[in-house]
Amino acid sequence: MNIVVLVKLVPDLVEELNIDPSGAALDMSWLRLIINEFDDHAIEQAILLKERGGGQVTIVAPEYEGVDEVLFTAAAKGADRLIKLSGDASAGSAQVFVAANNHALARACAAVIKELQPDLVLTGVQANNDLDGPLGPTLAECLGMPYVGYISGVTVSDGKVTARKEYPGGLIAEMEVKLPAVLGIQAAEQPPRYVAVSKVRMVMKTAAIEERAADALDPSGGPAVGRMFQPEAAVHAEMITGSPDEVADKLVSIFKEAGVL
Amino acid sequence: MTTIAPVEQSIYDKILAAAPDGERLRLCLQCGNCSGICPFGYLMAYPPHRLIAYLRADRFKNVLDTDTVWMCVSCYACTEVCPSDIPLTPGLMTSAKEELLLAGNVPSELQSALEFSQRYGNPLGESPRKRADWAKDIQPEVKIMGKVRQPVDVLWFVGDYPSYHPRVQSIAKALTKVLNALGVDFGILGPEEYSDGDSQRLAGERGLFEMLAERNGMAFGKYQFNEIITTDPHAYNAIKNEYPGLGISYPIKHYTEFLAERLDQLKPLLKKEVKARVTYHDPCYLGRANEIFDQPRALLEAIPGVELVEMFHNHKNSLCCGGGGGGMWLDGFQWEKAHVRLSEWRVKEAMSEGAEILAVACPYETPRFEDAAKTVEGAGELKVKDIAELLAEAMGD
Amino acid sequence: MSQDIFVVIEHLRGQVADISYVMLAAAGELSKGIGGNVIAVLLGNKAEGLAGNFAAVQVLYLDHPALADFTSDAYQKALAGLISEKQPRAVLFGNTSIGADVASGLSIKLGLPLVSSCRSFGADGKFVSQICGGKIMAEGDLPSPTALVTMVPGGYKPEAGQSAQPPALTRLEVAGLDALRVSLAKYIEPEAGDVDIAKEPLLIAVGRGIQQQDNIQLAEDLAQAMGGVVCGSRPVIDQGWLATSRLVGKSGKHVKPKVYLAMGISGAPEHAEAITDSNTIIAINTDPKAPIFDIAKFGTEIDLFDLIDPLIAKVRAAKGG
Repeated sequence: MNIVVLVKLVPDLVEELNIDPSGAALDMSWLRLIINEFDDHAIEQAILLKERGGGQVTIVAPEYEGVDEVLFTAAAKGADRLIKLSGDASAGSAQVFVAANNHALARACAAVIKELQPDLVLTGVQANNDLDGPLGPTLAECLGMPYVGYISGVTVSDGKVTARKEYPGGLIAEMEVKLPAVLGIQAAEQPPRYVAVSKVRMVMKTAAIEERAADALDPSGGPAVGRMFQPEAAVHAEMITGSPDEVADKLVSIFKEAGVL
Repeated sequence: MTTIAPVEQSIYDKILAAAPDGERLRLCLQCGNCSGICPFGYLMAYPPHRLIAYLRADRFKNVLDTDTVWMCVSCYACTEVCPSDIPLTPGLMTSAKEELLLAGNVPSELQSALEFSQRYGNPLGESPRKRADWAKDIQPEVKIMGKVRQPVDVLWFVGDYPSYHPRVQSIAKALTKVLNALGVDFGILGPEEYSDGDSQRLAGERGLFEMLAERNGMAFGKYQFNEIITTDPHAYNAIKNEYPGLGISYPIKHYTEFLAERLDQLKPLLKKEVKARVTYHDPCYLGRANEIFDQPRALLEAIPGVELVEMFHNHKNSLCCGGGGGGMWLDGFQWEKAHVRLSEWRVKEAMSEGAEILAVACPYETPRFEDAAKTVEGAGELKVKDIAELLAEAMGD
Repeated sequence: MSQDIFVVIEHLRGQVADISYVMLAAAGELSKGIGGNVIAVLLGNKAEGLAGNFAAVQVLYLDHPALADFTSDAYQKALAGLISEKQPRAVLFGNTSIGADVASGLSIKLGLPLVSSCRSFGADGKFVSQICGGKIMAEGDLPSPTALVTMVPGGYKPEAGQSAQPPALTRLEVAGLDALRVSLAKYIEPEAGDVDIAKEPLLIAVGRGIQQQDNIQLAEDLAQAMGGVVCGSRPVIDQGWLATSRLVGKSGKHVKPKVYLAMGISGAPEHAEAITDSNTIIAINTDPKAPIFDIAKFGTEIDLFDLIDPLIAKVRAAKGG
């Protein structure tokens, strides 16, 4: 089974996010990038499938700042091939991809992924900076493959895949999908495994990252943003202070007023 | 005669080579002292002496299928009592954890702390840029080396918890007050400081430890200072005993050592009475591991009004608070197995001596003992204070 | 080309999802700004009955056996045909396991612009979307010629998308739904025999702050004393401390109780969006900066472990006394 995992790096929300001087985009200079957590689950799911049924796992990622470490970590977990998409060197690749929307990324990555002739493409179901829909279904259409998202379990058997799709309230739908297909992973069947730093460092000495040049990015299909801003907290809670007893008293009177006591 | 599988043999060799004097493992008498004194030994499928037996019998594979090695809090109790002087904590237990980690057998709480340490340089997952935020409103301004770019006398290695944990930041502020009152010329690394890495090392992540140490080493190398002091016994242990092996070597003291040297200067400043029955908890990495027992006590006795009493387990026999060796990030896991906390045990000891204040000298301890005091019957009034906080209090305003 | 605003209705096993009504309400507001009729688009098989309370001028009902249950391939193909034929001004989808599966594919296939995570529309028809965990809002003109928009809840109340008057229903035949690549094998139910928290008036919710499984008992004690039900946020369910049916959040249930008591919950958007319809949210969290305080009516920084015993005692007194 030839599995490709497409990985995006996104702003790390641990840091403060700022709007750049134009007022319509994130200030990229201050951003710390981190692997999209759902893509991390996609990697884990791919490795699990390989461990269960054999095959090859290829990780494809655009060239963000810090992407090498992400790729090597995936290799330390068991990925076989690492492919980095490099952008226009004069523009400074790292900046280019961070600012690109998913339509642009999907088109650029589709070209590379098509060549790999995968049976299955896994990617995270969404990312925190999606403004023009998630990457997965956009990529699927570029590849002419079917897409099912919100997946929390995958089983493979001769030419088709059974994917467990999550609906609200704990309901699961088992979907049968003809291969080749793209799946949007919500959660891998087990949490992403830990890899010791020493293992990653060892892998850095032996694994190679292949580079492919991406064509000029085409972002058409994404919305034009007129303004980005941080939301005003419309309303802040009325804070109750005092000793536990005093607070408990106030809460009891709130419960009574609300009609639940 | 069994054929020795290459993998098992290399684990044995690895463990022998892991710590200085690791070869002493061959001298194990199987006396069981280690497993007996281990605070969680009764819960481990493979307490230390049994671990050695299985290693020698090439059955380490069995150990990899269990997870009770993660109950070890690296408290050095076993190392202290071993008649063969085997470096059990840094050699055996740390290596066992390393093997479990490499095999992917690691509790998820610990996994997050390790991943945060890698990504953000601290196990709490806080932004490295905010590492000096605790100091920002203090007057006189705390010198951040990268900003002031001038030599200082003392480099204060603040540590993860004093930098980020709300309760422990008070300790950092208290120590600042004491250092300023003594006129110490000090600076901190701020955002250039990384986790000392010692607990991560003892939790089996040697590679991560080396990475963090290298980064701290680079930061140290940029600036001029005469010595390093730490808030934290773990950082003290790392920089004193482990960093030199990586080529990073500086004169280092724990803050209690540093202040005790200046007791003559400090004592007149302690004008305000702190009238209380105080008991001192020897932190594992200050006491048992590095034999610093007297200086913290001297500081406490210098505070007017303090009546210092000893708990049943004191000095070398001190009971671990449960935070070491990754224990700080294994609370849920250890609780599910034990349904008892070492910190609660210790709080009960403090209560038996009628202590009103439990004095500590390690940043892990304050939050751990305060949480324990909430759940132990009758301990509601027990105060937990770091020595730095008591000194600052005794200085008045 | 028309100025109409299409709303793709989401339904699952005979139930119309709340997001559909939120979108109808959104479409209603949008049409006030830019004109055009609100048209509900219902895909299904023998599903006309679902359309009775849509606040729309008209329902376009696409009927086909392959649409009986949602599958991405069939729905996308059916919608592609409809949208290219009718060319509305906008098509609203839920940013959900249904809508998000098809909107992007339609964007590429039909060459139409897509805006996602939209929370509301301004008076001038501008979209307002939230990204980066709710920390950043992005606003812009509704793209042309047909804007595909996926919506998140929170900007409009579902009641505003309901109408007492059933709208006119037009049944459309759908072609081209052969050679489908995705099919539904079966549904798997969550644990049966448990309460439906979406229908409960009083919910005691626990988050990461509850710290461990044994402490859930405290919440149960409070719930019992008050006559409420315990639920939780994702970390609590992921650990297996509460059943999946008790999950409140984007991937769990949306709840609208009279009182939602959130203990040790930070209030991240995935959780927040599922509780915004609550009447009164009370948040207990030791972090004054927790986002939950921005949506709660009352809050306290007291440690929940200090509060819970006195609270249980006083509740019991109030009931028994």
